[in-house]
Amino acid sequence: MADKITMQVTRYRPEEESDATVQEYEVPCPKDWVVLDGLNYIKDRLDGSLTYRWSCRMGICGSCGMTVNGEPKLTCETFLSEYGNGPVKVEPLRNFPVIRDLVVEIGDFMRKLVEVKPWIIRNKEKLLSEGEYLQTPDELDEYRQFSMCINCMLCYSACPIYGLEPGFIGPAAIALAQRYNLDSRDEGSDERLDVLSEHDGIWGCTFVGECTEVCPKHVDPAGAIQRYKLTAALSELKSFVMPRSAR
Amino acid sequence: MNERHVYTEYHPRWLRSRPSTYWWLQRRAYLSFITRELSSIFIAWFVVYLLLLVRAVSLGNSNYQAFLEWSRHPVVMVLNVVTLFFVLFHAVTWFNLAPKAIVVHLGRKRLPGSLISAANYGAWVAATAFVLWILLAGD
Repeated sequence: MADKITMQVTRYRPEEESDATVQEYEVPCPKDWVVLDGLNYIKDRLDGSLTYRWSCRMGICGSCGMTVNGEPKLTCETFLSEYGNGPVKVEPLRNFPVIRDLVVEIGDFMRKLVEVKPWIIRNKEKLLSEGEYLQTPDELDEYRQFSMCINCMLCYSACPIYGLEPGFIGPAAIALAQRYNLDSRDEGSDERLDVLSEHDGIWGCTFVGECTEVCPKHVDPAGAIQRYKLTAALSELKSFVMPRSAR
Repeated sequence: MNERHVYTEYHPRWLRSRPSTYWWLQRRAYLSFITRELSSIFIAWFVVYLLLLVRAVSLGNSNYQAFLEWSRHPVVMVLNVVTLFFVLFHAVTWFNLAPKAIVVHLGRKRLPGSLISAANYGAWVAATAFVLWILLAGD
């Protein structure tokens, strides 16, 4: 393995240039270095102006998602050694506006996330004196997979529908809605149905499946969306056949 | 969080890149997706052809024979072979999707997706065998 590897990093400095450019850096390539280590080396030793997001360095915070050699990746768990002698091309996440260098604007995702009400909704809260909302391990298993989402937005970057139709609410928001819909303590699925069953909700998805492929936490957003399509279709059928008992 | 930003001299200009015209060639899944979208026209043709067949049958033997003769035309045959390919492609997509959409519990256990998929493929094979049996028994 080479001692050094070339990183081709996309730069965008709005005060200096109107379009993105590529800058090359030579960085050390120990076998335990991930792409984020390479970026940190550049920032600390070669070019302090390079801008990117990162925090936990252990695949939990979801901050360091970037496009590495064309693939949406968490740079904290993508080893430089995976790319042989290089070069390693690092670009910002696709389908998002770029603020600077590798930092993308995530306001659209944050707004959509809130729209699906990703929290437990109760029709009437229990009194504290009545104790906790108990849940069995089987009930936990119903939604556990979807609760693993770290909001890294790799799925949005991989989704061509989101790229073409930015109104689409997107994979992670729908998976998180399902996380709460399937929670035995939650009673808010009807409220979420109004948002999710719109054109820009689940029906925007045409099962490309790349959201599931790139998900670093194996959440399977594509599965969540297809499952919710069935739920929404049955709900619609029920409201048609039995208009009084629906909802 | 608010998209209606008030412009100030120092507000950063965001770089918005439009997807490449050839984005659908970047990944196999994208190519499959766009192929599915475009091939919907062949699925529509499949339905129209079926309706024409039903109509020909309902109008009597001579109409049915004329329909068969028309179906033997090379253009119609090529169109139907291409349509068959795309119908199979859509069917396989559907069977791959089914285990994601359908969650079945047997008691407290959740059935694995492979079983749902296998049940769908099994039903497909059974339906095909039934149709073949009708066709062969007819001869």
